[in-house]
Amino acid sequence: MSAAIELTGITKRFPGVVANDDVNLTVEQGEIHAICGENGAGKSTLMKILYGMQGADEGTMKINGEVVDFTSPTDAIDCGIGMVHQHFMLADQLTVLENVILGAEPTLTGGRLDFKKAETHLREVADEYGLTVDVHQMIETLEVGERQRVEIIKVLYRGAEILILDEPTAVLVPQEVEALFENMRELKASGTTILFIDHKLDEVLKISDSITVLRHGKTVASLKNEGVTAHELAELMVGSELPTPATTSSTVTDEVALRLSGVTVLNEANRPVASNINLAIRKGEIVGIAGVEGNGQGDLVDAIIGTTQISSGTIELLGNDITYESVRKRREAGVAYVPEDRQHEGLLLSSPLWENAALGHQTQAPFGSNWWLNRDGARRQTEAIRQQFDVRTPNIDVAAHALSGGNQQKLIIGRELTSNPDVLIAAHPTRGIDVGAQAAVWDDIRAARRNGLATLLISADLDELIGLSDTIVVILRGEFVATLSPDEVTPRDLGAYMTGAALQNGGVA
Amino acid sequence: MRTYALSLAAPVGAFVLTVIVSTLALLAFGSNPVEAYGDMLSHASKLETQVDILNRATPFYLSAVAAAIGFRMNLFNIGVEGQYLVAFLFAAQIGGLISLPQVLHILVIMLVAMAVGSLYAGLAGILKTARGVNEVISTIMLNSIAVGGLLAWLQQEWQAEQGEAFTSTTLGTNPIDESGLFPTINGLLEIFTRDIGQGKQLTGMLLIAILVGVLYNLLLNRTRFGFDLRASGINPFAARAGGIPPKRMVLAAMMLSGAVAGLIGVVELADRGKFPPDPIQGLGFQGIAVALLGRNNPGGMAFAALLFAFLDVSSGVLDSTGAASREIAVIMQGVVLLTAVVAYGVANRLRERDEASEAAEALLAEREVVPA
Ligand SMILES: Nc1ncnc2c1ncn2[C@@H]1O[C@H](COP(=O)(O)OP(=O)(O)OP(=O)(O)O)[C@@H](O)[C@H]1O
Ligand SMILES: [Mg+2]
Repeated sequence: MSAAIELTGITKRFPGVVANDDVNLTVEQGEIHAICGENGAGKSTLMKILYGMQGADEGTMKINGEVVDFTSPTDAIDCGIGMVHQHFMLADQLTVLENVILGAEPTLTGGRLDFKKAETHLREVADEYGLTVDVHQMIETLEVGERQRVEIIKVLYRGAEILILDEPTAVLVPQEVEALFENMRELKASGTTILFIDHKLDEVLKISDSITVLRHGKTVASLKNEGVTAHELAELMVGSELPTPATTSSTVTDEVALRLSGVTVLNEANRPVASNINLAIRKGEIVGIAGVEGNGQGDLVDAIIGTTQISSGTIELLGNDITYESVRKRREAGVAYVPEDRQHEGLLLSSPLWENAALGHQTQAPFGSNWWLNRDGARRQTEAIRQQFDVRTPNIDVAAHALSGGNQQKLIIGRELTSNPDVLIAAHPTRGIDVGAQAAVWDDIRAARRNGLATLLISADLDELIGLSDTIVVILRGEFVATLSPDEVTPRDLGAYMTGAALQNGGVA
Repeated sequence: MRTYALSLAAPVGAFVLTVIVSTLALLAFGSNPVEAYGDMLSHASKLETQVDILNRATPFYLSAVAAAIGFRMNLFNIGVEGQYLVAFLFAAQIGGLISLPQVLHILVIMLVAMAVGSLYAGLAGILKTARGVNEVISTIMLNSIAVGGLLAWLQQEWQAEQGEAFTSTTLGTNPIDESGLFPTINGLLEIFTRDIGQGKQLTGMLLIAILVGVLYNLLLNRTRFGFDLRASGINPFAARAGGIPPKRMVLAAMMLSGAVAGLIGVVELADRGKFPPDPIQGLGFQGIAVALLGRNNPGGMAFAALLFAFLDVSSGVLDSTGAASREIAVIMQGVVLLTAVVAYGVANRLRERDEASEAAEALLAEREVVPA
């Protein structure tokens, strides 16, 4: 039988970079094939070419042995290829159902939409793979994890036989990853071919049958998942050691930098999404929040940043009440913010990098003042961020959308950490960042902590959460239900707390 | 160099396409295109027509800048029309009541016009921030209040007041003193050319329009406010997380837009000397088209304003020469808008591909120097 996918000599150039340089890739029928590589190695680009979103400059593609030439994703979908993107592509103002059927609408006679049929089919697909969603909810109200589920359902709904997943696990907690892998195995058993990108090498080793490694746009290795170690993979990717988050000596002081007292946040329906939260983060301390996506951690972050008003309680920054201050006042007072969704809340995608680096700090030196924007200062600072945080880009004048996902994330981390904040609110700070750069970001956060930074860390990566935090609190249905010491807890225990299982069983000792 | 050529390719391409389409249109109407274009160009080559074109381009440009301020943050101020009419009325009324030394008089009139335009636009801003009313709907509504309500009511009042004896010259607000009229600048142009004949006067507001363009550019690209404005337009969520207050920005942008719209009232006031019963209408909508064609860019809008003004003014001659119907100008304005959108898209693609192959060449060269 011919291979499901066979790419030969694929080359793709962008202004200032060659994203894919003579790439070869062969994926057998019904296998799970992982693509690994550093940030900017060209993984997403290759997948977009395969999905017909971007045309290759050179090279040929064969699907099931037939030479194909896709000019749009529609062609790819017709060939049975479906893709879930690194950055989700759902319409915020539509419901789950509407998003899923968008572009594949079943119609009644006379062209009216057959919502009934669509909903039935959607439920069948969702149930078959154990993907739970509320089909009538608006996308904008969903958390990142839920959005991904919608994306996957959307692809399966169209009957994809070759599934491309770009960093699907980046947004999931371990239990969800486990569930996703179970789904992937089921899909594989029913003959689906899966191609996926992942920066977490242990996950790659766990689920994949074969692995292709890209570096600087070139294929450097294509191997079977037999006897390969994460160490070897990492070396293939970056040529360096695989870092592990190590706990370092505590730098926690007595001085409280951020204090939340009795904070309650209500949603539009006046139901509490975070209730009576008490939290104190001291200078030099990292407090990690563990919780399954959608348990109120996002609302808590919004409340601290000031994009959501709290209904009761107080928020203090370095002893000053900031409960009623604007977002700008809070940021000027020293609150830095790494949002969970970089493209949604973190970037101006069509603006040059130096303007993106200024966003959130435009009222302060070196980016500007209350009245003026300091272009020279902003550019100099952006260059500094680019070098210090290894943002791979031809120059700082390219638009943010031209950066690879991981490099966008590095730019945001850089701009927030270089603003010398007192408090850092970091939601999934290393999401989408490759193993090498991840270690560097951890080092940067630790260095800032030594200098007195108080950090609120939210992460779906439990190793990161345990490795970085001084204290871990567990959030469940809007309440803090446990406070744990990272020295005494394993990712498995933490997972049990997050789903509430540990509490019912009287805790895991 | 090639990149530079490409950036010119878009407007040139749009122009060529427009000429082709309007030629076809002229042929379809049974007119002789060569004759029609010839008439328009020879008319436009006269100094007096050029003065008319500049006079017309001035309000077009102000109107475009007013619209563009909103567009830059995805705010569709369709209400420039109503804003300038109301500003015009108040400026004329108040300007007619006071007598002051010239500079002060003009300054007061300009401030009144800007303040009134600003407040009128601010209504739409408040409706949006406090009540969530879409600005397109509210500004359209405010337009019809200004035109269909206020203006119509005034016309009635004026006629009733004057009984049977009215003529269109006696209607309107009281004429304002000479000192309140923004001076004309024939002298400035005559430095470079011969004397302007036919009693044509070049509006001094042209200088203000140029100043507004310069300030607009400065505001957008050099000020913190301009950065906030653009950021809000590109990604409102990121803007908000970056400390930009969304409601205050909506209000500020709306009021700034209205203030610039108010200046159009000053142009008209300087021309007519009072608020007449038949003020020129449609400037607000032309401004939207000019802003679209000029892509909200200060230079681009200047070019677009001149082009629209040229088409408007020079087509006037067609009625007398009979070479074609002057409505051809409207067709051309519409077509140039459409073709510009297409041409800009194509040029962007070409430029990206160009840059990509340049990068590849550079990379190849590098490799040859340092063999792997
Ligand atoms: N639309 C674009 N315009 C210009 N350059 C681009 C564009 N898309 C990608 N690139 C560049 O191509 C290179 C490869 O990007 P790609 O997104 O494929 O990386 P990736 O391997 O998916 O990285 P990551 O792990 O960070 O997501 C990067 O250097 C990026 O800057
Ligand atoms: Mg990617």
